[in-house]
Amino acid sequence: MESIFLFLDENLLLIYLLIFTVILGFELISNVPTILHTPLMSGANAISGVVIIGAILLIRNADPTDYLTLSLGALGVVLGMINVVGGFAVTNRMLKMFNKKKK
Amino acid sequence: MLITTVNISYLLGATAFVIGLRQMSTPATARKGNLLATLGMSIAILATLFLPINGADNNYVWIMGAMTVGGIIGYISAIKIEMTAMPQMVSVFNGLGGACAVVLAYTELFQLAEGGIIASEAQLLILLLTLLIGAVAFTGSMLAYGKLQGLVDDRKVTLPRHNLINMAILALLVVLYIYVYVSGSQPGIIWITALLLLSLLYGLSFVAPIGGADMPVVISLLNAFTGLSAAAAGLIYSNNIMMVGGILVGSAGIILTVVMCKAMNRSLTNVLVGGFGENHKSKKEKGDKQVAKEITCADLAVQLYYSNTVMVVPGYGLAVAQAQKVVKRMDNLLSANGVDVTYAIHPVAGRMPGHMNVLLAEADVPYPKLLDMEDANEAMPNTDMVIVIGANDVVNPAAYDDPASPVYGMPVINVWEAKNVVVLKRSMNPGYAGIQNQLFFHHKTRMLFGDAKTTLEELNDEIKSLEG
Repeated sequence: MESIFLFLDENLLLIYLLIFTVILGFELISNVPTILHTPLMSGANAISGVVIIGAILLIRNADPTDYLTLSLGALGVVLGMINVVGGFAVTNRMLKMFNKKKK
Repeated sequence: MLITTVNISYLLGATAFVIGLRQMSTPATARKGNLLATLGMSIAILATLFLPINGADNNYVWIMGAMTVGGIIGYISAIKIEMTAMPQMVSVFNGLGGACAVVLAYTELFQLAEGGIIASEAQLLILLLTLLIGAVAFTGSMLAYGKLQGLVDDRKVTLPRHNLINMAILALLVVLYIYVYVSGSQPGIIWITALLLLSLLYGLSFVAPIGGADMPVVISLLNAFTGLSAAAAGLIYSNNIMMVGGILVGSAGIILTVVMCKAMNRSLTNVLVGGFGENHKSKKEKGDKQVAKEITCADLAVQLYYSNTVMVVPGYGLAVAQAQKVVKRMDNLLSANGVDVTYAIHPVAGRMPGHMNVLLAEADVPYPKLLDMEDANEAMPNTDMVIVIGANDVVNPAAYDDPASPVYGMPVINVWEAKNVVVLKRSMNPGYAGIQNQLFFHHKTRMLFGDAKTTLEELNDEIKSLEG
């Protein structure tokens, strides 16, 4: 328990960041027209692929002979990369159609 | 020097996420917003590659190889996928993001167990949370994919008293997590693996009883979960952009889930534990066998041709039959004869909000022709003919008059208020919510059975022949 309080104390700025980001996320999405729900969900999904950064850091910190960690890290990077690239590409495809009809 | 550059890059990346999401919530700037978010992500990934780490071996070959493989798979699937299968695709991508978080947390926990690194209590807690949320997002999204793709039958994966089973698994999970947490900073690998498996199972069990019609809400919720697991993973690595990106997606995903629930006039709890799959025996369904009246293509063509106003109500059937372009051709033929053709879009028509808008946009239907539910209902009494194409639950009058029906209370498009209604349907099978629709037996309603695309093509030929 104590270490949790210590963690909170040491990371107070972080907690500010978390709270403000939560509010920001709520505000950004609150007034979205229905037609944009799907593309927006898809775009947000691509952003959640930011977890790939963790996988990259995992590999960078691994011992070059520790094949287990390297393989798991590589698996993480592959999965994250599919999420990021696929997510942004599919969102772009959806939104491209909205552009077309504006002509 | 380099570290400052990296940190500023992270700051730029995070700002790009925020502004990108902001722009994505307005139609005019949506595409630009997506590109900006993509740019932000590229900057963040690049910065991570250059981030100076003391004594790290880097293993760039592994990273580059994995990035290339993942990038190619992701790009090809995004380009190749049919527009109709898009909601499933989003679900798969989302699941893989969750899986990535699981791999991270499991690997770190594994190293803890091996004694390779020592973690503080707080770090252990965060790792356990990442494992749990990521695992639920992973298997839950995969099951959501299976359901939308038609690979999994709702009824086959739902056990009797499923909500109780879910609660039991959740309780077991909580106990196990607390046990591992208090047993110290070096949890046994068997316990961690047990936790992982149970969390994965919970993801499946959590989504299993939720009916297909509610899948969009679930996917949005699971999307929020993936965001939260990314944010938790960001805490492990003290990485700001992971935290900002993850939390943004987490909160945006949750609010989007709530907005979608509102569109269906249901609470989130109702969606999660209500379960469309259960046996709702509505009093009206038990009644005598009713007969729906049919209409031929030729008759319908004549009626349409001499109508003043025609309203198309599209649903998932339109997407499945890929009939959007044929509908547009019918629109052109009728408009040439002075018929005013509009489209009524229910907020949750199709499998995802906005699904119909995307499809019709693909067929070049002009934006002003699309009416939202309120406008459509207002225009309904003055509409000569309504054509319901592959929609069912969103035009079900039971929403008003049958409290026993699962769709009761959901706002629907009041097509029966129009002068005439024609329903294009493959068969008399009920819609995705699995319930019968009184609309088909309404005195104003005529049925036209067959594949939407084939039927509409025939209809177009008939209309053309009238022009003669």
